[in-house]
Amino acid sequence: MVWNDVVAQFGPSTIGGLAFGSIYALIALGYTMVYGVLRLINFAHSEIFMIGTFAALFVLNLVDLSAPLSGLALVGMLLLLIVVAMAVSGGAAVLLEQVAYRPLRRHGASRLAALISAIGASIFLQELFALIVIPDVFHRPQQGGRLPVPGPRLVNRDVLFSIGNANVRTDQLIVIVAALIMMVLLNQLVNRSRIGRGIRATAQDPEAAVLMGVSIDGIVRLTFLLGGAMAGVAGVLYLMEFEVTNYFVGFALGIKAFTSAVLGGIGNLRGALLGGILLGLIENWGAIFFGSQWKDVIAFIVLVVVLLFRPTGILGESLQKARA
Amino acid sequence: MSRKRTLAAAAVLLTGGLVLSACGGGGTTGSEAAGGANTVKIGFAGDLTGKNSGIVIPGRNGARLAIDEYDATNPPVKVELTEYDTQGDASQAVPVLTKAVTEDKIAGLIGPAFSGESKAADPILEQAKVPNISQSATNPGLATHGWKYWHRIVANDNDQGPAVADYLIRTRNAKTAFVINDDQEYSVGIADAAAKEFAAKGVQVSRDKVVKGASDFSSTVTKVKAAKPDLIFYGGYAAESGPLTKQLRDSGVTATFASGDGSTDQTYIDAAGASAAEGAILSCPCVIPIGAQTGRLKELADKYKAKFGSDPEIYFSEGYDAATLFINAVKAGNTTPEKINDYLASAPPLDGYSKTIKFKPNGEVEATDVFIYTSKAGKLAYLGKSTDVK
Repeated sequence: MVWNDVVAQFGPSTIGGLAFGSIYALIALGYTMVYGVLRLINFAHSEIFMIGTFAALFVLNLVDLSAPLSGLALVGMLLLLIVVAMAVSGGAAVLLEQVAYRPLRRHGASRLAALISAIGASIFLQELFALIVIPDVFHRPQQGGRLPVPGPRLVNRDVLFSIGNANVRTDQLIVIVAALIMMVLLNQLVNRSRIGRGIRATAQDPEAAVLMGVSIDGIVRLTFLLGGAMAGVAGVLYLMEFEVTNYFVGFALGIKAFTSAVLGGIGNLRGALLGGILLGLIENWGAIFFGSQWKDVIAFIVLVVVLLFRPTGILGESLQKARA
Repeated sequence: MSRKRTLAAAAVLLTGGLVLSACGGGGTTGSEAAGGANTVKIGFAGDLTGKNSGIVIPGRNGARLAIDEYDATNPPVKVELTEYDTQGDASQAVPVLTKAVTEDKIAGLIGPAFSGESKAADPILEQAKVPNISQSATNPGLATHGWKYWHRIVANDNDQGPAVADYLIRTRNAKTAFVINDDQEYSVGIADAAAKEFAAKGVQVSRDKVVKGASDFSSTVTKVKAAKPDLIFYGGYAAESGPLTKQLRDSGVTATFASGDGSTDQTYIDAAGASAAEGAILSCPCVIPIGAQTGRLKELADKYKAKFGSDPEIYFSEGYDAATLFINAVKAGNTTPEKINDYLASAPPLDGYSKTIKFKPNGEVEATDVFIYTSKAGKLAYLGKSTDVK
């Protein structure tokens, strides 16, 4: 390893890591919120993200872009895509809770049962897209549902500015800024608003929250809606950046996002942000020294080391502590 | 504790029973298959519905076309094609092909399409004495097991990797190359073979590996940018090579991108996007009848279009030729697996659409030509034989 190589790769790796880490962070929010309120790992959340990418692709196919956009048209299109994907993914998450988790909760089933239900829902959604939605709705009967579905170019890859030898492109900046905005908004909502107080109260002590007049079912539904909506935004940004999606896209990303949530402290909103961005950076920095095939190994070694010293993650576990 | 022990004992008994019954079934296959009936069953095995089905379905279509043509002539002994979907997965190929040899009693098999599944499933065919011809499994290791019933009708990766490397060195005047691959059996084989050839010809080689199924290749792109290579060779499949090409071009890397047969189809061009894929060098030990083809290949392409309504794609000609070999065996009066296998070893060379086919004793085909394709305006285009193209 030549020192010059490390210097040449450090800047660009950092930008790439920040952009991909922002997407991890957005997905991680969904895992973290549901865990904070229900103490449940919603393994089907990765499919909520997958649905978000397809919602965005569906709108882009309808609009039928002839050329990449810029300026106000781009901002407008992004807002449209984000609103649609948030609605579709949020709706899908609420429906998922209704079908896969609520009946179990009603009957006081164990957490293990809910976990199995989550895995079942995840497989169901993947196959639903591979066998029906992609071939029929996205008109790919010939290729079938398991091949990647390409999307159009939404934004040009222009270099906006450079920091040292690292070029920052428009698309990367959009991903980072949009993810940050969404996370600040969500943080404000949970920490400052009335419904946010309901979420925090339920996370802290569900029984006391009920006594204070909080509707648990309502709060749980809201939690899934918000987490799903964030996954929808992640779906839009992913599709804009990579311009391709498939029925399986949530799997690898979901594992990484879940890891981010645990790294930052699961149940903690700011932890998800920190964990996601850290994971993105660590992966790319590790790749400079050891090669890209070691990305995952490095990421998980860091996770294990962090958990050895801070078993509840970097920022600690619970949702209400997000204030501190 | 005692309950656990009972369970374990039951499990051992069960698996033992399964293994025994599988062996019993396998043993009887050879003699019973095709016993006097006027139809001979030939199987086709490969990924027909999975992620890489794009490079398998055309071969299936080729086999289907050849067999339908033959059966339409009302021969005394017809050939019947049975399809086996392995999803390209070794763990699925084994049970599916066990069923093919024990229950369906196929007399021959076209496939399995990929190297990994071939390695796992070919011993079953060998044990059941069923001749098999792969149209696309290119890992060199497959020929080293001493299998008597195994054949393939394409050159292996020890031919393909160096052939592309030589072509690139000859035409691009390259001084530095960057070789990338994922960790699958095929990918490692072809990338190592290409890297070795580059190094042997004095081209300086840098390397990186990617993870199968990844979507963000920014760290690999960064390495390539830092190395400033004259050309890039990727060993692997379209699911990764497509997005990788796009991300390289988006970051301003203009070096020639080259890859092997795992990327030589429309899926790669679609995933990379027409502009990023433009000019990419894609190799294949196969002949795809596209573009400015003339004569017999054009005739074959027209037949394909008439029957399947689209342009022929990768491994179509090879699927057709593999089926023709079996058909010729049947025509010559061979209807049992054993006799068909003898025919494959001793028959005169077949003047196939893809090449002249004559098997070596180890099952490899004698002709090891590699062909070069490129992406032109979003479509795959044919350039020529790797040693002839300029």
